Amino acid sequence: MPFEYRGDIAHSDVAFNAWSNTLEGLFKEAAQATMKVMVEDLTAIQPAEKVQIKLDETNEEMLLFDFLNELIFYKDAKRLLLLPAQLTITRGGEGCSLEATLQGEEIDASKHKLDTDVKAVTMLRYSVTQVKEGWRATVVLDV
Amino acid sequence: MNLPAALKKISDTIWELPVSYKEGMLVPARIFATEKLIQEMDAGVFEQVSNVATLPGIQRYAYCMPDGHWGYGFPIGGVAAMDPGTGVISPGGIGFDINCGMRLVLTNLTADQVKPKLHQLVDRLFARIPTGVGCHGFVKLSESEFGSVVAQGSRWCLKNGFATQDDLDMTEEGGCFSGADPSSISEKAIERGFNQLGTLGSGNHYCEIQVALPENIWDAERAAAFGLTTPNQVVIMFHCGSRGFGHQVATDYLKLFLSVMERKYGIKLVDRELACAPFHSPEGQAYFSAMKCAVNMAFANRQVILHRIREVFSDVFQSSPDDLGMRMVYDVAHNTAKLEKHAANGHKKEFLIHRKGSTRALGPGAYGLPECYSNTGQPVIIGGSMETGSYLLAGMQSGADAFFTTAHGSGRTMSRHQAKKSFRGDKLQRDMLSRGIYVRTDSFGGLAEEAGDAYKNIDEVVEATELAGLSKRVARLIPIGNIKG
Repeated sequence: MPFEYRGDIAHSDVAFNAWSNTLEGLFKEAAQATMKVMVEDLTAIQPAEKVQIKLDETNEEMLLFDFLNELIFYKDAKRLLLLPAQLTITRGGEGCSLEATLQGEEIDASKHKLDTDVKAVTMLRYSVTQVKEGWRATVVLDV
Repeated sequence: MNLPAALKKISDTIWELPVSYKEGMLVPARIFATEKLIQEMDAGVFEQVSNVATLPGIQRYAYCMPDGHWGYGFPIGGVAAMDPGTGVISPGGIGFDINCGMRLVLTNLTADQVKPKLHQLVDRLFARIPTGVGCHGFVKLSESEFGSVVAQGSRWCLKNGFATQDDLDMTEEGGCFSGADPSSISEKAIERGFNQLGTLGSGNHYCEIQVALPENIWDAERAAAFGLTTPNQVVIMFHCGSRGFGHQVATDYLKLFLSVMERKYGIKLVDRELACAPFHSPEGQAYFSAMKCAVNMAFANRQVILHRIREVFSDVFQSSPDDLGMRMVYDVAHNTAKLEKHAANGHKKEFLIHRKGSTRALGPGAYGLPECYSNTGQPVIIGGSMETGSYLLAGMQSGADAFFTTAHGSGRTMSRHQAKKSFRGDKLQRDMLSRGIYVRTDSFGGLAEEAGDAYKNIDEVVEATELAGLSKRVARLIPIGNIKG
């Protein structure tokens, strides 16, 4: 299982662990875990609209923070439920950057089984670490 | 659970962690709770309230209220007073949902009059007040007009026909924190929030129709002063905040503070979610202003929702809101930081009070109270779970030690994850209907998370606030209808 919700490290909020062999894979899993808090069945989101994003950050940890916050931003600002279709991360001496194509569609309560709104990514127990098998993240979302 | 060995019982309702409990604590931490509630506190409360005690400039104690539970940064129920001259301001002491708060509105209707129309009322409220994930509001604004909303709060509503002067008088700070400068907020925050004015949101946000049964009036004199004068009187209580706008303001400044806290100000903390900046630094002042913008957005949000509730009741009962007696009891803010003057060593001194998931509760005679409440103390609205009921209380003069602050809700005992595994939303909705509570929601998963058994016993929480001298019970309010995000 590439992500797992955890009831033991947060009560009012929603916590999850995500992991993958690659950093790109980790970002995709974390995106799924975040969006699944709001929409019960992610396969119900049709790729009707595309959004390109580019983010620059000092490290992988803050890059994932910004990336998840972008998904939350589009949900409120444009009422778009988005997931990454394509995602590239470049790491260099100055920091790291992400280019992604997000795909999805406008919220439709009759079609998307809506769950609980995500307000923000918190810094509580937040971590993105390189491990023997690849990459691992712990995220607590404020809902 | 196993309580920390260092936890000391100071009185029947005060528990203390000394500064020796954790490296870096500048003051002791104090938790208000009965013996039963302290035993039920999750471990996160002790960890987080002692983290708060390490914040530069903290005065007296890091406090936690009886509904305290695990949050991020501060525990939910956390209170910290900073010296504005030497202390910091921390978004983690306010929360992402800035000025999430409660509003209580009277009617002159009785339960017998409302029950035949209850389903119609709840269905109409559900149709007319946007709820749930990413909902957009019914007040259409340009981005520039939104700047006026966040600068003026409820005053904007008054100018635009969504409020009465009496509504503003019955709102903390008149529904507007002064000094909210829209230049301190990002384009992103505006873009995220300008179309959400008039939305309830999700999670634990709701709008509820409640009844004050005669046997649930604890203090008849105060109840009458607050407008509860008729047996089985119907009231409306609702809970929501600054929506995506406030969440973005908090996110923007959490990031900014993380980047300057250690590098520019040499502040090292045990928890990054407590990221902070000196209150008088450029970053601290910018956040204080942006936070006030979000506070004002939340006041305006609750005000336009009240306008819509009045429209719905007026429509269903074919009577004007005035004729239905739809007057506000009060509006309280939960997640704020405010400069307030409090007694210290025989003098009045200014403090920057962080309240996160806690409620200001001024005692009788306090400065800032509407005249009609000068003898009673401030009305305090404590929302319980949607199954069990809520409370109206009053601030007490004995609340001075905790900077006139009390609890804000029941407090969760079960994680959302666990609640979803333990309860089924559709079954809960049917069960509640059989008990006379009609609920509408867009999300059965969200409904399951808010089940009554996921929360502490509200009766024990409010009793603890009274025993601790923080707030006095006035009336218990029973739900009969609810819309949930």
